[in-house]
Amino acid sequence: MSAPVLSIQNMSHYFGGLKAVSDFTFEVPEGVIYGLIGPNGSGKTTTFNLVTGIYTPTQGKILFEGDDIVGMKPFKIVQKGIARTFQNLRIFSALSVVDNIRVARHFTTKSGIFSSFLRLPSFLKEEAAVRDEVMELIKLMNLEHRANDIAKNLPYGELRRLEVARALATKPKLMLLDEPAAGMNPKETEDLMKLVRRVRDEFKVTIFLIEHHMKFVTGICERVKVIDFGETIAEGKPEDVVKDVKVLEAYLGRKAVVC
Amino acid sequence: MDKLKLPKLAIAGAIFYVIVQILILTGVLNGYFVVIINRSLIFVILAATLNLINGITGQFSLGHMGFAAVGAYVSGTLTTLVFKLSPHVFTDNLIFIAAIIIGGIGAAAVGFLIGFPSLRLKGDYLAIVTLGFGEIIRTILNNIAYVGGPRGLLGIPKFSNFTVIFLFTFFTIVLLRNLVQSSHGRAMLSIRENELASELAGVDTTKYKVLGFVVGAFFAGLAGGLLCHLLQIAHPTQYGFYASALILIMVYAGGMGSLTGSIIAAFSLTFLTEGLRVGIDWLRDSVGIPIGTEWTMVVYALLLILIMLFRTEGLMGMRESKILIIEEKHV
Repeated sequence: MSAPVLSIQNMSHYFGGLKAVSDFTFEVPEGVIYGLIGPNGSGKTTTFNLVTGIYTPTQGKILFEGDDIVGMKPFKIVQKGIARTFQNLRIFSALSVVDNIRVARHFTTKSGIFSSFLRLPSFLKEEAAVRDEVMELIKLMNLEHRANDIAKNLPYGELRRLEVARALATKPKLMLLDEPAAGMNPKETEDLMKLVRRVRDEFKVTIFLIEHHMKFVTGICERVKVIDFGETIAEGKPEDVVKDVKVLEAYLGRKAVVC
Repeated sequence: MDKLKLPKLAIAGAIFYVIVQILILTGVLNGYFVVIINRSLIFVILAATLNLINGITGQFSLGHMGFAAVGAYVSGTLTTLVFKLSPHVFTDNLIFIAAIIIGGIGAAAVGFLIGFPSLRLKGDYLAIVTLGFGEIIRTILNNIAYVGGPRGLLGIPKFSNFTVIFLFTFFTIVLLRNLVQSSHGRAMLSIRENELASELAGVDTTKYKVLGFVVGAFFAGLAGGLLCHLLQIAHPTQYGFYASALILIMVYAGGMGSLTGSIIAAFSLTFLTEGLRVGIDWLRDSVGIPIGTEWTMVVYALLLILIMLFRTEGLMGMRESKILIIEEKHV
């Protein structure tokens, strides 16, 4: 396995006296699909919020491609190459599908405010280039028929794909997916698994995801970390991890395991 | 698209200008109506720029007239006190245009000073800070003897005429439209839609919130400059909360985020104000009901309540007229 894209060292985070994340140390190797699983309240989303800069860890380091990103503003971290999707979709609902994705290409554009005011040739050229790139992405996500629709009129499954497309538009090296299969039926989950694999293979993006859906995790992840109450309880290949007694306890309770 | 085809907005603007100009020259519109049309155009600038801050970037400013006051007093001081210009000298008209733009730059600088520290605040808190800012500006102006203090800045030469005001308004709308329908504009819209998602799409949200304030303040400053050279007086009370609230009502009535809505609402409400004034005078003088013009504010308040109850999104919602939409080639 190649060098880690993301390396977390002794990271802890407290909300007042509550330990949300306790002394996490792990690495996400380049090119893998890495799963972070655990029961509700185990610290998964907090981990994502720490990596994306929404929270600053109380202790520890977060290295992205060797650089410490602790204390950087979220938009800077995105610009460095970490994109994410949200558990509860956060779509720009009044904007069109194209515009939703174009927002994520914004930081790569160089046209200043004055050339936008005056619609100078350099600005128009850049806008056209961004639009073409975004249309490519829309095609890959099978959202072509929706390109000019207002996002709030899209069905749930398409919104999920739109959010993935928006995250991809930032040209990330690492993509965090927060419960991508939430609220999906088996068929949609199946499609999503294919999509995630395609994203990894075609865009060379490392995937780091949170999921409750065990079938999804075992079906797609190449490496899994299980946490509970902010502590790591298991780490390894998904097929081994699901047999771990501690994991079963965390998910089903002690009695269920004993019986 | 045919390259020789004029943009729809230019055609619409030209038609409006020619019709009004013909009506003025033939004497159909008397001086009174011309003033109301000029005022309407100035309020178009104010409403459209407040819309940039409140409707498009999703912030909440209650002190928009404070920026207009800065523009008015800066340009008024330059034309009246510093250079003592006269509208009858051709070159003075050019200096007047420069003075208006300097007023806009002054307002933009104030917008930056206000925006930078206060845009960490959200919603109600930001509203309170901007409300306070508007009042601070008004109080400061009240206490500067050089610009007339509570008496106001008097004797400002009448440089603003229909043509000048029309051109400023037209170009303000063109530039705002261009901004909103650009990468920068979409960054601003995304902040309104979902600030966290915007930040995590790589948008420097603080920068764009400040930018919204600075651009909005610049054009509001131009509007202030035009207004004082139309009325020939700049008075602190003209730029108080009452006027800021009126602009806010225009933005809500027209539709948050719709420049078209702001244009329609600025015209409708400016004419309504005049209509109400005439109506109230008639009720007081002819019918004998003892009421004053302050009752116009009651009508506005009712209007705002009715909008919130029956048409929350305002007249246009977030839609734009086709005239204001830039067609994209690669569809």
